[in-house]
Amino acid sequence: MAHDSLTFIFLDAFLINNLVLALFLGLCPFMGVSNKLKTAVPMGAAVMFVMLVASTCAYGINQILVRYEIEYLRLIAYIAVIASAVQLVEMTVKKFSPTLFRMLGIFLPLITTNCAILGMALFQTFDGYSFPQSLSYSLGSGAGFSLALILMAGMREKLDLADVPGICTGAAAAFMLAGLLSLAFMGFAGLGS
Amino acid sequence: MSATARAPKPINRQTFTEGLWKENPVFVMLLGLCPALAVSNTAVNALAMGVASTFVLLGSSLLISLLRDFIPKQVRIASYIIIIATFVTSVDYLIHALSLELYNELGAFIQLIVVNCAILGRAEAYASKHPVGHAVVNGIGMGGGFTLALVLVGAVREILGFGTLFGVTLFGEQFQPWSVFILPPGGFFVLSLWLVLFAYVRRRRDRKEAPHGA
Repeated sequence: MAHDSLTFIFLDAFLINNLVLALFLGLCPFMGVSNKLKTAVPMGAAVMFVMLVASTCAYGINQILVRYEIEYLRLIAYIAVIASAVQLVEMTVKKFSPTLFRMLGIFLPLITTNCAILGMALFQTFDGYSFPQSLSYSLGSGAGFSLALILMAGMREKLDLADVPGICTGAAAAFMLAGLLSLAFMGFAGLGS
Repeated sequence: MSATARAPKPINRQTFTEGLWKENPVFVMLLGLCPALAVSNTAVNALAMGVASTFVLLGSSLLISLLRDFIPKQVRIASYIIIIATFVTSVDYLIHALSLELYNELGAFIQLIVVNCAILGRAEAYASKHPVGHAVVNGIGMGGGFTLALVLVGAVREILGFGTLFGVTLFGEQFQPWSVFILPPGGFFVLSLWLVLFAYVRRRRDRKEAPHGA
């Protein structure tokens, strides 16, 4: 499989270099919202949507920045775009599902500071992806984030029933689980070669 | 603004030390985890990342604290992010100029300091409500705590994964590197172990303070 084909870029972001489990991006929402499957799924969908918007805008903005040689403004411009996209999602969710809005709580506006999104936008710029490649990359990243979130939520629901020693409960046990999940995802590393 | 009208408490030792240990951003508050795991595969990288983040934290705390009466409440988060992004951009160029090797090693993670929730959290929870002196001292403490956490994670991973510490070989020829620790899963495992240790210490201290408690 060619390394710049759309399928490969998607799979690379989805499984091989999974943003959460291989690159450690977006850990705060990953740990914060993965308690229950019920919140994990909409959170994943929201992140996927923001990623798609952010990726599209980031591609356009980067073209302008390069054209006028003001690349040092890239970070600020990207952040502004992501913040607006999040605002959009927040308003939509609030309008159509107030219950969901309450469930996601503080984590919805915090998507702005989700490093997975900014990271994805920066990586696609550094790798010099074309527009279709960027789209494929953002879809793969979003799907990868959702996959990790949903797998983790499923495991943590089981963990609630398990007998864990007192001092290991909460974050420590969750990180150990994430480590095991990440170990499993390392198995996909051979997929690219 | 009540925060400024009220006479501020004097800067004491706690303003500084609270970030180092009791409210350590990584181990206690679980903030800024992404850089803490992503670039902590060696102690040197961890230290560099910690220092860069501390600089950004310090600069943004200073500026936000100075501007705290001028920033309208509705757009404060956006303003904070832009202030932070400015400092991050300068750190990014600074590291690029000083050490290309380090720059390549840390990659996009320098720019990702922007979305480090520990920094934004400090801006929102502390710098925007306290005078400049407090904000700076607290910023140094928090940055120190963040650096400490990163180096602790990085040191364990480097010792187990490479058999070195800050690039110095610790073991003899026959050392077999436990390479899973420099790979992504190792980051999760080491952080998890430190969290257990912190929970253990905290529990013991609580028991000492309240011997009749549960």
